[in-house]
Amino acid sequence: MGNNILVKLNNVGFQQNQKWLVQGVSLQVEKGKIVTLIGPNGSGKSTTAKIALGLFKNIEGQVEKFTNNIGYVPQKISIDWTLPLRVRDFMLLTDNLTEDVIDEALSLTGVINLKDKSLGNLSGGEFQRVLLARAISKKPELLVLDEPVQGVDFTGEIALYELIKEISEKLNCGILLISHDLHTVMSATDHVVCLNGHVCCSGSPKEVAKNSEYKALFGEQASQTLSIYEHKHDHVHANDGDIKKN
Amino acid sequence: MFDDFFIRALVAGIGIAFVAGPLGCFVVWRRLSYFGDTLAHSALLGVTIAYSLEFNIAVSIFLISSAIALILIQLQKKTNLPSDALLGLLAHSSLAVGLVVIGFLTFIRFDIMGLLFGDILAVNKKDLITIWVGGALILLVLRLIWKPLFASTVNYELAQAEGLNPERAKAVFTVLLAAIIAISIKLVGVLLITGMLIIPTAMARNLSDNPKKMVIFAIIGGLLSVFIGLFSSLEFNTPSGPSIIAAALVLFIFSLLKVKQTIQLKN
Repeated sequence: MGNNILVKLNNVGFQQNQKWLVQGVSLQVEKGKIVTLIGPNGSGKSTTAKIALGLFKNIEGQVEKFTNNIGYVPQKISIDWTLPLRVRDFMLLTDNLTEDVIDEALSLTGVINLKDKSLGNLSGGEFQRVLLARAISKKPELLVLDEPVQGVDFTGEIALYELIKEISEKLNCGILLISHDLHTVMSATDHVVCLNGHVCCSGSPKEVAKNSEYKALFGEQASQTLSIYEHKHDHVHANDGDIKKN
Repeated sequence: MFDDFFIRALVAGIGIAFVAGPLGCFVVWRRLSYFGDTLAHSALLGVTIAYSLEFNIAVSIFLISSAIALILIQLQKKTNLPSDALLGLLAHSSLAVGLVVIGFLTFIRFDIMGLLFGDILAVNKKDLITIWVGGALILLVLRLIWKPLFASTVNYELAQAEGLNPERAKAVFTVLLAAIIAISIKLVGVLLITGMLIIPTAMARNLSDNPKKMVIFAIIGGLLSVFIGLFSSLEFNTPSGPSIIAAALVLFIFSLLKVKQTIQLKN
């Protein structure tokens, strides 16, 4: 059990300008498991992911990392027009990959046709697929995905989440996923951590959905997400991740 | 053959163009042109110190420029002034102090125009060795830090998260920048070195769709600028630095035609 752990956060916190962005978070990501961070805007999801990645210097608590083979999809990334960069150049950013490996990853996320396109000319959804392809192409042991499907159309979104689950099984890699899309999260996750500056609640998706703090944070309807997913598709999503019945 | 001053200047210029191309690309990508300017201006102080202590000029410039870079980093940490103000402060004060020191060193005759704008006659055989050996070293080190430097130019956090060391790459790059200024000051001059880094690169940007191409075009642009600039410097008796930079400007203007074409194709 112990050697399956890829990264372990022990009571970590981070403050900036005398303000705690997140505090008292403990979690661990194991091989082949998907851990999802959920929570409202500003609840410290991205900060927690960055702590796990070791991007901050002065953190509280301990981070133990057992792998250096990491793939990261950041929440925001802007490519300056002064830097001419095609998709194929971007794929080689942190690792030397063969053409075959690049093609395979781009095919998996459905953007192989964009290989020679300039990164600046991609749409938001296309760019997101390229980011994901880049992160998985190096066959990482740990994947950190910060809102990996933002801007992707609805059917594509489901397909990408399925792909993420597939990857975790195929590569036996651990995934730390940040998402605001409760509905999809609940279906594909092994462990959910609900954040709001601290850990509100955590556990299996079923346990979390029943938790009163979770209900307080996301509303009564959200707690039914799981059952909705398990039965039939009878709702739509608002922009804020909220769920509306048809 | 190196007995001819013009051949020496040409060989020096070719060496500088090979180094300025790739470094210039990073200066543009990382938006460091004003930073490069600041380091270059401080080079004058390096020259005066070299003369008064009878010390190697290139080494002296290299040390002073690196020191200015360190001071800048400290000021950025300890003051609330924006970076461009700090850069201006350091650029102009080091240039001013350099010129004041020259005023005091009455026992040495300085060719101030030569220092500021480069002098085709000033390049001696020792300088050629400095440029080519130093330049080769700069390119070698750049090759070694290319991956982390390039990745962190695209996205700092992504590079760091995936196990590269952007902080170290950045520090090494600053040193390389100081080094190219040190080796190219005699030919191009204090005020125009950044132009040698930026203008061929800007031209290259107009012609390329990927980073490797941009580096190659920047080198070619630099080489052409050196050739055209030095020949016209010889022909019209103009200072070498401005002649090279003016040639680079002409190339840049030509490259704009290509941009116009691409935009028309898109529409």
